[in-house]
Amino acid sequence: MTEIIVVTSGKGGVGKTTTSASVACGLARRGKRVAVIDFDIGLRNLDLIMGCERRVVYDFVNVIQGDCTLKQALIKDKRLENLHLLAASQTRDKDALTADGVKRVLDELIAEGFDYILCDSPAGIEKGAHLAMYYADRAVVVVNPEVSSVRDSDRILGLLASKTQRAEQGNGGVKEHLLLTRYNPKRVASGEMMSVEDVKDILGLDVIGVVPESPDVLAASNSGVPVIFNDESDASLAYDDAVGRLLGEDKPLRFLEEPKRGFFARMFGG
Amino acid sequence: MGLLALFRRTPSSASVAKERLRIIVAQERSARGSPDYLPLLRREILQVIHKYVNVDPEAVQINLGQDEGHEVLELSVALPEKTRA
Repeated sequence: MTEIIVVTSGKGGVGKTTTSASVACGLARRGKRVAVIDFDIGLRNLDLIMGCERRVVYDFVNVIQGDCTLKQALIKDKRLENLHLLAASQTRDKDALTADGVKRVLDELIAEGFDYILCDSPAGIEKGAHLAMYYADRAVVVVNPEVSSVRDSDRILGLLASKTQRAEQGNGGVKEHLLLTRYNPKRVASGEMMSVEDVKDILGLDVIGVVPESPDVLAASNSGVPVIFNDESDASLAYDDAVGRLLGEDKPLRFLEEPKRGFFARMFGG
Repeated sequence: MGLLALFRRTPSSASVAKERLRIIVAQERSARGSPDYLPLLRREILQVIHKYVNVDPEAVQINLGQDEGHEVLELSVALPEKTRA
């Protein structure tokens, strides 16, 4: 059984690609066969985050248009042999992606026996975002604890509930999860940032992961090694927990509070 | 947050954010299921009413709701105190 998971958010810059890369690696590290597809046509970036930008020969649109086979376009990860990437095209033609073409590629990946297909959605609610979510079984909605991101996530939840194949066929719809990124426990404690509970309350969804704000995320994208591989980073551990929860493991959320400080420091703030 | 924060009167910016989001999200969700023609329908109904009664555009409320499995189109018009024919 193949499961198609869309990583989406509405708003840009909240961490969709970072999340796609780390979740894909996390699933593959647990022995799953994973294909991750970059749906951001014209703005290819997942290859860069995964560190295989120089190995892109053919892309998603090439496969759809029949310029090459799917096998030729799939890039095998150097670190995990059961992880494959299908890069976005750099074409400016917005119509290059078609519902039919996307379905053909997904069907072929399913026939190949992949356990998970991750669809890294572009920002916005245009065609690319629509097609990234259309065939999904599950959705990971990436959200920052910030007003515009939360509002856009709610908009995306509305689309997941109406503009997807599962919604149209009425067979239970897409299973939705929230994943908070850029979470800063210190600012939450001082009332400057909404908490996990606040975001959960507003959107009415379960949280599958909370990734703390961390300098390791930028370092990871700088080097092209997804942050989940940095075992010393809280962000890595948080992503790995989220992968476990995706697979049905019951793990309590971590990193929701800043490390404890001394009595005087707490009494007098700062 | 230290002891001093207990004396602060103003609500935290996070709670302001939460309250604002709660309202806008509820409002957008209620509009979500409604058909695309609703705004136009509202405008045209308003025009017809306007031919007979001088009503305030805000006085015409149209809602599409669910009632025991039926869809109910609810139209409410508040007429001004003195109507002109």
